[in-house]
Order: sequence, then structure tokens, then C-alpha cells
Amino acid sequence: MSIALIAALPFLGALLPGLMIRAGRDACAAMTGAVTLLALILLATNAPTVLAGGTVETRIDWLPALGLNASFMLDGLGLLFAGLILGIGLLIILYARYYLAEADPMGQFFTYLLLFQGAMLGIVLSNNILLLLIFWELTSLSSFLLIGYWKHLPEGRQGARMALAVTGGGGLCLIAGMLILGGIVGSYDLTVILQNKDQIQASDWYLPALILILLGAFTKSAQFPFHFWLPHAMAAPTPVSAYLHSATMVKAGLFLMARLWPVLAGTPEWFWIVATTGLVTMVVAATIALFKDDLKAVLAFSTVSHLGMITMLLGFGTKAAATVAVFHIINHATFKAALFMTAGIVEHAAHTRNLRRLGGLRALMPITFTIALLAALAMAGIPPLNGFLSKELMLQEAALTVWLTPWAMGVLATTGAILSAGYSFRFLAGGFLGPVRDDYPHAPHDPGPGLWAAPALLAGLVVLIGLFPMVAAAWLVDVAASAVTGEAVRAKITLCPRLRRLWDATPRPEAKPIFDWVIEGLATATRAVTERLHDGSLSRAIALAVLAIAGAAGWAFLGGSHTAGTRALLAVEPAALAVWAVVMLAALALPFLHRNRLVALVLTGVVGLLIAPIFALFSAPDLALTQISVEVVTILLMLLALNFLPKSTPLESRPLRRLRDAGIAGIAGLGIGGLAWAMLTRAPAFEPISGFHLAQSKPGAGGTNAVNTIIVDFRGYDTFGEIIVLGIAALVIFALSETLLRSPVVTRRLASTPPQREDGDRHPIMLVVAARLLLPMAMMVGVYIYLRGHNMPGGGFVAGLVFAIAYLMQYLASGYVWSHGRQRYDHHVLIGWGVLVASLAGVGAWAFGLPFLTSGYDYFTIWPLDEFELATASIFDLGVFLCVLGAVLLALASLARLGLRTGEAANTRPFDIDPTGKDR
Amino acid sequence: MEALVASLIGVLTAVGIYLMLRRRSFPLILGLTFLSYAVNLFLFASGRLTVNAAPIIGTADSYADPLPQALVLTAIVISFGMTAVLMIMAIGGHLEAGHDRLTLDHPDEDAPQDQPDDQKWDQP
Repeated sequence: MSIALIAALPFLGALLPGLMIRAGRDACAAMTGAVTLLALILLATNAPTVLAGGTVETRIDWLPALGLNASFMLDGLGLLFAGLILGIGLLIILYARYYLAEADPMGQFFTYLLLFQGAMLGIVLSNNILLLLIFWELTSLSSFLLIGYWKHLPEGRQGARMALAVTGGGGLCLIAGMLILGGIVGSYDLTVILQNKDQIQASDWYLPALILILLGAFTKSAQFPFHFWLPHAMAAPTPVSAYLHSATMVKAGLFLMARLWPVLAGTPEWFWIVATTGLVTMVVAATIALFKDDLKAVLAFSTVSHLGMITMLLGFGTKAAATVAVFHIINHATFKAALFMTAGIVEHAAHTRNLRRLGGLRALMPITFTIALLAALAMAGIPPLNGFLSKELMLQEAALTVWLTPWAMGVLATTGAILSAGYSFRFLAGGFLGPVRDDYPHAPHDPGPGLWAAPALLAGLVVLIGLFPMVAAAWLVDVAASAVTGEAVRAKITLCPRLRRLWDATPRPEAKPIFDWVIEGLATATRAVTERLHDGSLSRAIALAVLAIAGAAGWAFLGGSHTAGTRALLAVEPAALAVWAVVMLAALALPFLHRNRLVALVLTGVVGLLIAPIFALFSAPDLALTQISVEVVTILLMLLALNFLPKSTPLESRPLRRLRDAGIAGIAGLGIGGLAWAMLTRAPAFEPISGFHLAQSKPGAGGTNAVNTIIVDFRGYDTFGEIIVLGIAALVIFALSETLLRSPVVTRRLASTPPQREDGDRHPIMLVVAARLLLPMAMMVGVYIYLRGHNMPGGGFVAGLVFAIAYLMQYLASGYVWSHGRQRYDHHVLIGWGVLVASLAGVGAWAFGLPFLTSGYDYFTIWPLDEFELATASIFDLGVFLCVLGAVLLALASLARLGLRTGEAANTRPFDIDPTGKDR
Repeated sequence: MEALVASLIGVLTAVGIYLMLRRRSFPLILGLTFLSYAVNLFLFASGRLTVNAAPIIGTADSYADPLPQALVLTAIVISFGMTAVLMIMAIGGHLEAGHDRLTLDHPDEDAPQDQPDDQKWDQP
């Protein structure tokens, strides 16, 4: 369990920063740090097992038949990456606390950061490649939020969009590649896949899978030619650059290559694709980095270059090279994160990152300079820092590798290494060495320890890792570092201007305009298509959709051969024929009469109510009851709504267009009617599953009404969802009516609504008296329908509707204010109770060790009644009842509240005249 | 009998879609209501038609298919919720915009220019 918990902790913790920010910035950062620290401690408790050579696994099965399970694994590689993510994460949180300005919303930042952290941990701990893919996409999304954190900066938004487009696109390729890989092996479990090297490499699908997976890895790890998004992502706040774009996210691609290295590597295809891409990336990016003026741009391209180097090492396919790659991942994470943080400090202090405006900071910012010196020298590969060790080993591996010619690889790798020393020295020389200037945009000075503590710790690690094999060389550090720096810097300064002119004169493609051009083209094309299909006219969109569906259905129909159905048909009954004739007449009259909306409503009511006897005739008494009661409520709702809408629909289209619409509607009607006919004249293709429900209705669920037992028992979970949807719909209506009531335009228009009453009686006394008399009787009927529901037609849905109608009668008779004033409980509360009671009925099963919503029943005898049955399903049905009642009343009451603003005086008495005569 | 039900489903669908193709919100909602009638009947019919066979155990020799009935029962209630949400949206649109047209802009050229109810609101 603990492995899954490590990945889950940041997601759970992501809720906290938003809350803790109210207690101050320190509390917010401390809470974020505590979550990370907790995950790190959990990781540490599992470390001994892994270090001893074992793996720790957690597996939660979900749909094992489909290969879907939440399966986590911690091995050496996972431990290294999880340690990096959490360890550097802690330092970043500390740094970000002091980096972010007062005006920046810190709670948001740490929430995004924790989401990202959780997604990253998910990638490195997943033991199921489908799960890994989900986390992979989550890192793309959360990094989008982080890069675009400063929403007011256009570069931030554009950079975030570019990063999402490139890494998200790569993620799509990766999904395809992983699915192919899983298909080859027949399992999505990483542990199983890793054991099937021969099967994978012998498959015809190896190359497509490899290319697709590598596309995912290369886009994520910014390999040439997808490297261009990373420098643009540097518009993010520096802690994000340090965390995502040097230490963790861009390493996800490397992690994936390392993870699948045992099964994918070792073939010529792997070597040529991976090693070449890595090599080209390393050299190209290092060259660009040498000529950048922005501190963060230098670091961004150097990151790309180092990622290329690691990719290349993985591409060699030898164990020694892969070991070096892993070693360099650690080293690069330490010195590059430290360098990003120093760049952030410099920007903070001097208000610029431009190397041409900096220089001489060594004397002004000695602490920052020391950190930058150590980290940059490690990046340059100066002994005895850790960068030297891995770079040395890399060159050794490259020299042994044959690529085109025996020496080409060695020469190019050495070129890359020299270039990397070059940009490291330029970073140092341009930023820190040289004379102190007097034209900094802001007077630079060392920041407080809050900002430099994190990079200092990393710089300490740089030294420690470098020294570990040769502690005796410690005394060399100061002397060698300063001596070499001085010499190299002088050499570079003399070289720089001429090289610079050459570089500036060389034509080269810029990635951003190309990217923008491609995106712009795609956007224009999609916009053109969309605007033709969907020009803002709803009727046009509906017509096109109907025609498209009809076309597809017609094409499918005409493509096959058909015979007439053979099912025996029922004989026509005269009563049914009469009902059919009336419904048809009412429905067909509607297109001609619909412009008078009241008439349209009456015709709709006729059709809706007459559907109930159709249900009743064809053995569905439950449906008949529901249809009648829902229809009543619907017509009341529409009548109420018509108060606020125009009473007629103007004639807006010419006869030709109406004919066209009738044609479209006719095609759809013919299609659906034909389909219904085809279905009704044939027996089902498969045996319906209802046999089970009918057989188990009594013994399994304890009720004889199979429809009700399906609703409250067999498919209770569906019903549970449905009453929640109904409740949400009612709350949406309430919320919308609240918003409308707050809008000045709406209240002004409501107040100027012309009075619509033509007769004098608002609340006729006969109606009031009848409604009062009916109330208790209707309620009794409702209770009866509810109670019999389990065994006879009825149940919670119908009972709720009957109750609702009884209450609505009171509203109709005596008006909203009078009726509502006499109501003791809120409609919202009814909905809440309904959902609560229904879920309690479900949760209750847990007490007996049974799954959610398992129902039980037994027989009881209470004197003087006969023996009767009590089922837990009826508690669930009570929840349904309450929710339906609350939702219907809330929906109609919300509409009625709008009427209070129409300028008519609200009634405070139950009826218009006072029968006691005191008024007169 | 089957022919009656199938033709009814077809006509309800056609009327529903014709109303949905109007350019005002109220006919659209009526059209959707008709379409829900048709869909509910269709779903119900997928259990095939039977008479005198209500699925109440112990009342008949064979029973109608209860599963489509249970599905349609909840669908009827949910379609009420949907209609109600659409209604408040239509009212809101009408009160906010001063008209209940569904078209965003460029009124169709073949539309006669008689829309008297639109200007009514803005008179003092």
C-alpha cells in the first residue's frame, strides 16, 4: 500500500496549499513541504529493501480482465527518480517561498506544484503502462499550468501552449506505441513486459512501437528536432524552470527510455535512432547555448544539450553506457537545478538576466558567486566536481563506439563536451567576472538565506559527489577552479566578437515562427470548417447533425441485404386504434398550430398524457403512472415558464425553408419509425438478460414488481446516480434563477412585463378549497403508492411526483408567497436528505460486510397487522422519493420566484375574497 | 399493433425535429419534449410489445421485459429535469437579451422582418 500512497500523497496534499494560504505564506509553504517530506520519509522506509536488491510492489485490481489495475512498483530506477523528485522538490518549495512576490498567488502555485509532483511520482512508480500513460499526460497538463503561472505575461501563455502542444502530441504517439507494446506481449504489466525482450524484438510491430514510444520520449525530453519548446517554457517562474525543466519533467523521457531499455535497446534500429538523435541534440544545442545572452536561455539550451548526451549514452545500448547515463542524470539534476536557482537570484537582485548587462557580480554577490562557480564548473566538467566524472566516462564510452566511422562519434562527442565547457565559462564570465559596473537596472546584493540555502545545498552535493571517490583531492578545488576559469575566460573573451558576427550572419531556422505558422494554419483550417458547419445558427447545426446521422444510417442500411421480420404481430384493438388516432392528430397538428404557444402546450399535453395508456396497454403499469405524473408536472412547468416568454412564435421562415425543414424532419421520422418497425417485427438477436431479473425478483430482492426491484435493487447504483443528476438539475435551476434575479437588466424587464391576467380571479375560492381538501388525500395516495411499490406498480419516483403535484396545487391555488410561507422545510434540504438516505441505505450494507447497495429483507409481524415484509431497498426508495419531491418543487418554485418581480402585488391571503366579510 | 407504435414513434420524431428546427427557444424545448417521447417509446419497444403480461411476479404466465421499463421510468423523470433546466435557460436568455431567438447573428436573409415582440421590452 505504501508505494501507492507515495504517489497519492501529493495529489491529496494539493488541496492543502489553497486552504493554508489563508494562514499566511509561511504556513502555505510549510504545509506543501510537509506533504513532500512525508512522501520522502515513506520512500525512505522502502529504500532498504530496494538497496538490498529487492522491489516493493502494490497492486490494486480494478478491471483485471482488461489489464486495468493500479499497480505500483519501486525498484532502483524508481528509487533514484522518486528521490530526485521529492528531494529537489523540497528544495524548490523552500526556494519558491522566498522567490514568489507578494502579489503572486502562492496557494495556486503550490497546488500546481504538488499536482505535478504527484504526476511525476506516478510515472516513475507505475508498474502498469496504462497507468503510466495517465500520469504522463498529467505531467503535461500540470506543467502547462505551471509554465503559464504568470497569466499576465504573453510569453508565459505562448510558452505553455507550445509545451502542451509538443509534449501532448508526443504523449498521443506514446499511447499508441505503448498499446502496441502491450499488444505484442499480451499484458500491460511492466514487470511482464520487461521479461519478454526476445518476443518484442522479434515482432513485426517492434519498429512502429519503437518509433512511437521514442516520439513520446523525445518530445518530453526536448530532443532535436522537438527541442524548441523548452527554451520558450523558460517564461515560467524560475522555481518551475529549475524543477520541471532541469531536474524532473524533461527527464521523464529519459526515464522512459531507461525503463524500457532492457527490452527495446540493443538493436541496430535503437542505436541509430537514439544515439544519433542524442548526438545531434547535444552538439546543436551546445552551439546555440554558446551564443545566447539570456542567463536562462543559456541554461535551457545547455539542458537540452545534456539531455541529448544522456539520450546518446542510452542509445549506445551497452550496460556501461547506460550506467554512465544514470550517473549523469543525478549529476545534471544537482548542478543544473542549482544554476537555475542562481539565475533566479541574479534576476531577483539585478532585475535583468541579460549577460550583456551583467558582469562583476563576484564582488557584489559572493555567496551566489560561490554557488554558481561550483555548479558551472561541474557543468563544464572540471575535476574534481561530479560533472567531470560523468563527462569523462561519457567520452570514454563515445570513443569506443563506432558511428559511421570509428572516430566520428569520439570527435563529435568531444566537440560537444568542449562547447559545454565554453557556455559554462560564458555563464560565469558574463555574469560574475569582470569589473563591477555602475549601470545595473537595480543594485545587486546577496539575498537572504531563504533563497540561497537550496542552491547551496545542491552545490554541496556537487562537490561531495565529485569528491567521494577521491577525498584527498579536496585541497585542489579552490586553486584549480579559479586558475582554469581565469584562463579559459580570457581565451573566450578574445574569441567571442568574431565568432559572434559569424553566428549572427549564419541563416538558421527559428523554431518559434515555424511552430506559430503551423499552429496558425491549423487554426485557420479548423475555423473555416467550423464556421461553415456551425455559423451561430442553432437550427442550421441541428439540421446538419440530423442529415449526417440519417446519411450514415442510410448508407449502413443500403449496404446490407434485408428480409422482412417474422415475429408474430399483435392484433389491433379498437381502443388502441382510437388512442393512436388522437395522438397522431394532435402531433401532426402541432407543426401547423405551434405559433400560438398556448395551443402548442395543450397539444403537447394531449400527446404526453395519451402516451400513458399506451404504456398501460403494453404491460407497463409503472411507466403509465410515471408518465401521467411527470406530464402533469411538465405542463405546469411550461405554463409557468410561458409567463416570462412571448406568447407566440413569429413567422420567420419562408414556405420553401419550412418545406425543407419538413423534409429533414420527415427523413428522420421515416428512419426512426422504420427502425422501430424493423425491431418490433423481429425477435431479439440475443437472449435478454431480463430472465435473470424476473427469476430473482422475489427470491433475490424480496419484491414481486420486477421493474421496481430493478430500479431499487439490481440496478440501484444507476438509480442512485439518476436521483443525484435530478437533484443537481434542480440546484442548477435554482442557481440560474438566483443569478437572473440579481441582474439589473432582468429585474427591469420583469418589472415592465405587461400584466397578463384577463379575468379577475387570481386565487378563486373554489380552487383553494378543492386544493386544500385534496392535499391530505393526495398525500395518502402517495404513501400508498410508495408502500406498495416493491410488490405492485408504484414506488418512490411516482410517490414523489404525486406529493409534488399535491403541493403544487397549493401554489396554484393560493400563490407562491402564501404557500411558501407555510412550508417548514426547504426544498434543498429535501434533495440533500434524499441523497443522504439513499446513500445510507447503500452504505448500511457495509456493516454486514456486503458491497455497496446490497439489499436485504425479512418478514415481520407487528400486532394487530398481518405479517409484512421490510426490505432495505424501501429505505433506498425513500431516498428516491425525497429527492424527486425536493427536485420537482425546487425547480418550479425557482421559476415562480421570478414572477414575484413582475410588479403584481404578492398575495398574503389564501384567496381573493375574504369570506368572513371583514374586508368589505 | 406494432405498425401503430412504429408509426407513432416516427411521427413523434418528425414533429420533434421539425419544432427543433424553428428559431425560437420555446418550440425548441417542445421539440425536445416530443423527441423524448419518441425515444422513450422506442426504448420501451425494444422489450417488444406484449399485452396482459405486466412484470408483476405471480400475476401471469409470461411477463413483459422489465429491464427497458425500468430504464424508461428513470428516463422519463430525468427528461423532466432536462426540460426544466432548458426552460430556465430560455427564460434567462429572453430576459437578458430581450428576444428568444436562437441564432447568434446575421439574421437569415429570407426572414420577413416582422419581429414585433423584440422591441417591446425597450420601450420606457
